[in-house]
Amino acid sequence: MTELRKRGGGGGDPDSTDNISDKEADVDDRLGTDGECDGDSKADTPDVPLSTADTDNTPQYLNKALEGLPPRWKNYWIRGVLSLAMISGFFLIIYMGPVALILIVMTVQIKCFQEIITIGYRVYHSYELPWFRTLSWYFLICVNYFFYGETLADYFGALVQREEPLQFLSRYHRFISFALYLAGFCMFVLSLVKKHYRLQFYMFAWTHVTLLIVVTQSHLVIQNLFEGKIWFIVPISIVICNDIMAYLFGFFFGRTPLIKLSPKKTWEGFIGGYFATVIFGFILAYLLSQFQYFVCPVGFNSETNSFTVECEPSDIFVMQEYRLPAGLQNILSWKTVNLYPFQIHSVFLSSFGSLIGPFGGFFASGFKRAFKIKDFANTIPGHGGIMDRFDCQYLMATFTHVYIASFIRGPNPSKVLQQLLMLQPEQQLGIFHTLHSHLRERGMLPPAPAAQAE
Amino acid sequence: MTELRHRGAETPIQTQPSEDKGSDSELKVEKDGASDGESKVDSGGPEVPVPADDTPEVLNKALSGLSSRWKNWWVRGILTLAMISFFFLIIYLGPIVLMMIVLCVQIKCFQEIITIGYSVYHSYHLPWFRTLSWYFLLCVNYFFYGETVTDYFFSLVQREEPLRILSKYHRFISFALYLTGFCMFVLSLVKKHYRLQFYMFGWTHVTLLIVVTQSHLIIHNLFEGMIWFIVPISCVICNDIMAYMFGFFFGRTPLIKLSPKKTWEGFIGGLFSTIVFGIMLSYVMSGWRYFVCPVEFNNDSNRFQVDCEPSELFQLQDYSLPAVLASFTGWTTVRLYPFQIHSIALSSFASIMGPFGGFFASGFKRAFKIKDFANTIPGHGGIMDRFDCQYLMATFVNVYIASFIRGPNPSKVIQQLLALRIDQQLNIFNSLKAHLTEKGFLPALEEVAA
Repeated sequence: MTELRKRGGGGGDPDSTDNISDKEADVDDRLGTDGECDGDSKADTPDVPLSTADTDNTPQYLNKALEGLPPRWKNYWIRGVLSLAMISGFFLIIYMGPVALILIVMTVQIKCFQEIITIGYRVYHSYELPWFRTLSWYFLICVNYFFYGETLADYFGALVQREEPLQFLSRYHRFISFALYLAGFCMFVLSLVKKHYRLQFYMFAWTHVTLLIVVTQSHLVIQNLFEGKIWFIVPISIVICNDIMAYLFGFFFGRTPLIKLSPKKTWEGFIGGYFATVIFGFILAYLLSQFQYFVCPVGFNSETNSFTVECEPSDIFVMQEYRLPAGLQNILSWKTVNLYPFQIHSVFLSSFGSLIGPFGGFFASGFKRAFKIKDFANTIPGHGGIMDRFDCQYLMATFTHVYIASFIRGPNPSKVLQQLLMLQPEQQLGIFHTLHSHLRERGMLPPAPAAQAE
Repeated sequence: MTELRHRGAETPIQTQPSEDKGSDSELKVEKDGASDGESKVDSGGPEVPVPADDTPEVLNKALSGLSSRWKNWWVRGILTLAMISFFFLIIYLGPIVLMMIVLCVQIKCFQEIITIGYSVYHSYHLPWFRTLSWYFLLCVNYFFYGETVTDYFFSLVQREEPLRILSKYHRFISFALYLTGFCMFVLSLVKKHYRLQFYMFGWTHVTLLIVVTQSHLIIHNLFEGMIWFIVPISCVICNDIMAYMFGFFFGRTPLIKLSPKKTWEGFIGGLFSTIVFGIMLSYVMSGWRYFVCPVEFNNDSNRFQVDCEPSELFQLQDYSLPAVLASFTGWTTVRLYPFQIHSIALSSFASIMGPFGGFFASGFKRAFKIKDFANTIPGHGGIMDRFDCQYLMATFVNVYIASFIRGPNPSKVIQQLLALRIDQQLNIFNSLKAHLTEKGFLPALEEVAA
């Protein structure tokens, strides 16, 4: 690995210790397989101490297996093997069910947080600041407690109401979360040390921005998951497919550079990736829409204390006939076509993943250029850190969540009922009458002989 | 003004941006002990514009006879009275004006903090960045105000067709607007300025997080009833003033290294006097519907109204005193509004935690070597200087209300109900009916066939 990284860095001039201005990035010789995240190839940056990302930690057995090949092919093989390993891992955890998925999401979130915070420490030479590591992890725990508490209270309402301590925790959830956060805030203020004010404020802000990005979006991923596994699998697969397809199209046909920020991206790769991803999304949606296991919202069965995915599939997962527009009719000589409505939604998801998703990658590239790091970390040999693989996913998760909230579903009925029961009785009565007249208007209730006087 | 600020600044100190020197001793006389700041004017630090003396001419003329120290006292005193009178005026003017004022304060605070960021990073001439910061402010405000308007003015929104569409797809529209800004940011990255641009991006987002979310919590509190807006703010102001007074007359033991002028005597004296003040103020205000009723929008008259049956919190109740106090004061019971008991919690928070917001702002100003956030208010600094303790308070009040006082907002529940599918509505109708019948609020009715 290190041979490749230095190959382009031979002619690099040593960096001056000017924190403010960036030097021009060297031409990246490293072959980016999943063309997401280009980075500098110089390893000598006095500002940021050598990270572990620059040392070769490919496992020994892989090294032995591939020692016969030249370095370039070795790189290909490692990236290929790891890509296959990651995709198989993806299938495995889908098979294992919702609880495993939630745990995996949480693990990924913690690792991403740790990677970004570590970069912050190195940038600001603040590894030895008193308290600060403790405080960063404490804030992570607080924010996770807040979000997971809200999720649990929403989706497992019945379970929560049954257990007395859980009921108490859920009723005062916001207050408890706020109190925990405040404790951290006060600890921060009390930990301010005379000569390190600015550093401490920087790290405070860095922690909060990281929490904003990493934690909120991992929770959106989990909320998407609860809508139905298909809303978790399809967006992630779309982003992965776009990575791979854009790279392949760029490799074979690439000519025109796309953006100065990532010199290895090309317009041909971008457009080819877009069309390939739309088709892939279309086909994947068709395949998955047939199975209740993917399509049903994840529910919690109070009696058996386990997750159930059994339901009547909603309208978007029921095959419907669509008339083709006249132009396509002539070409294909079909009048109508049978589609799942979800396939049409998948076109929108794919378009977003291909057109806007890459901006997440450019953002991460810019970030790495700004702080002169090659990869976020070196967790995955050949691919860098977890953040490197997930940087495009974040925008996608948020988009999917907003899409679902706006176009697909209404509010969660059990949550509405829960809120109803918390109101004052007079308010409940008021709502009762409103609902009564509304349903009667719609014809769902027989007209009552006389209005109930209250 | 400038005389005082320079008084401690005889020796210019060379500093590097990344290292903080210790703070010099305070020489500026504090009126409202909320925000301490350094009194040295750095020549080596970032070029934060040194506030020039911009006390209005009229004040200068009126006070030209006094010595500079007394002149400072008078300027601060007059401005304090002016701000308090202004506070009463806008309360009188009603909810809409209050919302506008909150919005203006928020914009000004945002501008002050962003300007500091520009000065710190010498990034005033970065391409696009000023536009982008304001654009993000607009997006986040659109998102929050849209949610508030949809929640509280549900009937109005349902009536007007364009508003209805905007409200149905509100999250999507807000997200699309934000994404546009995000993409513009990525496209605006310039080769030699990556780090600066990321810093400013992060700075903008943290500022938005602090300033905008909390101004919206203030507005939510306002809609619960103006008393939930007035009492917390008054408690914080009272704590400032009382802590200063107690510190001035009795202060001896320093409280925290970060603000050398704060003393334990001021802190504790401020706590007790704020609690007493809070109890008295809530007693006075709980009698008036204007303050106590939730702000509602009347569809027919298209106006805000504050007319309602006061909830139990605002009705006098008898409390029996514990034995100790009973023998002490000779009363067996005392008549209180329950709200007065809540006000003790609010005052305690304002006195104990509010100052931490002030310390945070002090630390921030020390870190970035600025004296005040800006020079908007003569004698007091910028708007942020006056509002730094309010932010924690606003969040606390909102969380307090949500946890201990009220349940969910009924109109929001209706809104969600009507958005459900019809069979889900029917299920909920039947559940609600069973619940109400069980509790005895409905006479037993025939079971409606689902």
